[in-house]
Amino acid sequence: MPGVSTTGNIDVSIEHKKSDPSGRDGSGGHPNTCPGCGSHYRDDELVEQLRVCPQCGHHFPVRARERIEQLADPDTFDEEDGDLRSADPLEFFDLRPYVERLAEAELGTGLGDAILTGRAAVEGHSCRIAAMDFAFMGGSMGSVVGERFARACERAAEDGGALISVSASGGARMQEGILALMQLPKTVAAVGDLQDGGGVLISVLAHPTTGGVTASFASLGDVILAEPGALTSFAGPRVVAQTTREKLPDDFGLAESNFRFGHVDAVVQRNDLRTTLARLLRLFGAER
Amino acid sequence: MSQEAELGLRDRLAQLSGVKLLRGTKLSAELERLQRQLERLREDTTDEEIWGRVLLARDEKRPYTLDYVERILEDWFELHGDRGRMDDHAIVAGIGSLDGRTVALVGHQKGRDLKERAVRNFGMAYPEGYRKAMRTMELAERHGFPVVTLVDTPGAYPGIAAEQHGQGGAIARSQAAMLRLGVPTVSIVIGEGGSGGAIAIAVADRVLMQENAIYSVISPEGCASILWRDASQANKAAAAFKPDAAHCLELRVIDGIVPEPEGGAQVDHDAAAVLLRESLVAHLDELADVPADELRRARRAKFRSMGVLASV
Repeated sequence: MPGVSTTGNIDVSIEHKKSDPSGRDGSGGHPNTCPGCGSHYRDDELVEQLRVCPQCGHHFPVRARERIEQLADPDTFDEEDGDLRSADPLEFFDLRPYVERLAEAELGTGLGDAILTGRAAVEGHSCRIAAMDFAFMGGSMGSVVGERFARACERAAEDGGALISVSASGGARMQEGILALMQLPKTVAAVGDLQDGGGVLISVLAHPTTGGVTASFASLGDVILAEPGALTSFAGPRVVAQTTREKLPDDFGLAESNFRFGHVDAVVQRNDLRTTLARLLRLFGAER
Repeated sequence: MSQEAELGLRDRLAQLSGVKLLRGTKLSAELERLQRQLERLREDTTDEEIWGRVLLARDEKRPYTLDYVERILEDWFELHGDRGRMDDHAIVAGIGSLDGRTVALVGHQKGRDLKERAVRNFGMAYPEGYRKAMRTMELAERHGFPVVTLVDTPGAYPGIAAEQHGQGGAIARSQAAMLRLGVPTVSIVIGEGGSGGAIAIAVADRVLMQENAIYSVISPEGCASILWRDASQANKAAAAFKPDAAHCLELRVIDGIVPEPEGGAQVDHDAAAVLLRESLVAHLDELADVPADELRRARRAKFRSMGVLASV
């Protein structure tokens, strides 16, 4: 499939269809300027508001570490498998070598790859959390994302049985070629083992969740939640528009549209996400 | 090519040499071809050869799923519809007899002329296509039929309705369904193995590629338009992500390569079908007596181990 994002992912583009003068996702405007209403915030103000605009309710993107801080009880998060790094089996080189892009992403984000996994407690309930980070090469899924996610499933299965995933990804990482595609069945297999063993996956779709992640673990949650306004589709709007030459609906691929069509269980405001997850963990019997 | 890949091929060669020549000429023909294949693979594939494979994989004279079905299966009965919404013609499904056993077969179907291409949507399935695949696999599971899939798609269809009907979820669930099957499964990429649309029906005990098939995370044009910002650099993109069978074998993404007639499958459909059938039957025979739990366990373990990692 032709893809047209500039972030290094398949099948998807990450732009938003709504008329969007300030440029959502920092594509045009300042990242702390609300694309919904144009209000501007200091970073610490946004952190305090869980990066939700107090004026209009727009949900700004959240990085992986900050996401875990928002959801986990203080000082309970214990990162696991942080030592894993991508190899470069194809010695991939486009305009720049893949290893250079990786090094730059690690320097820029302080993360070893596009997902952060570990043990945590949410309102006292023990669980694993796997949070993706769009800032690391567009949250693209290669071998490390697949492996960390799969290990999180296995650790969850051995220890309490609950995994919360928060996805934010443009899709598979094409610099890893066919091995990136193989992370789809790999994560699907890991979710299968978790669920067949009685464990639970709660999948939270954040903006954007597209391509390979939508076509694998993110769509397999026992419960699937989405953040308001999040683009959660298989193909991105630009690819669909180019392929079909039809006018897209204004809410194409958005969480609210996917809720209407029956693909997510609830659209949850970020302010309510933590308590919603705690309630689900309680219902599924996660250990306190 | 890597030593492991070459060893794999040598194993297969040794195995074939040891097999009694029950099927006479066909098997010795495959032996000869495997030997030639080994010779070819021993030399590293050049960038031009990779691009040549991309073109061959898309050749419109290449046999499509139904061309193989009519040559390798007897008593073919096609199943239509997803039992929910529609019959997606980009994926065909059905049951038929292969070498005396009933198998379920699912495959992408492209079209050759304009009308057929439109009907088949260029082999790009909607979620309904994957749901048809899933219900066919469930049928196979109930009756103990092995599942054969033939993969040949540019990708899952990126359309408004496809999204509204849950394209991503359908692809994810189709993979999950394949991973739960207790019957033997063999997938063969016979042309284009395009991204999520391909993997949806390719999570099998044995995944094979025809010699001139390609298997990739994105189309060469798509990759070029993103990374080179120029779709016409597709040959460079293909050389970079190496979608050819030899490299997929080297990366352990596939379990074997199905030889094609000299010059490619498009030259001689009958000969291509004989070779495909031989590989298919050989792999199904090997899997026939494996208990269901072991099939599931080994299949999950295989896909669980996919990828190449480093650590700090």
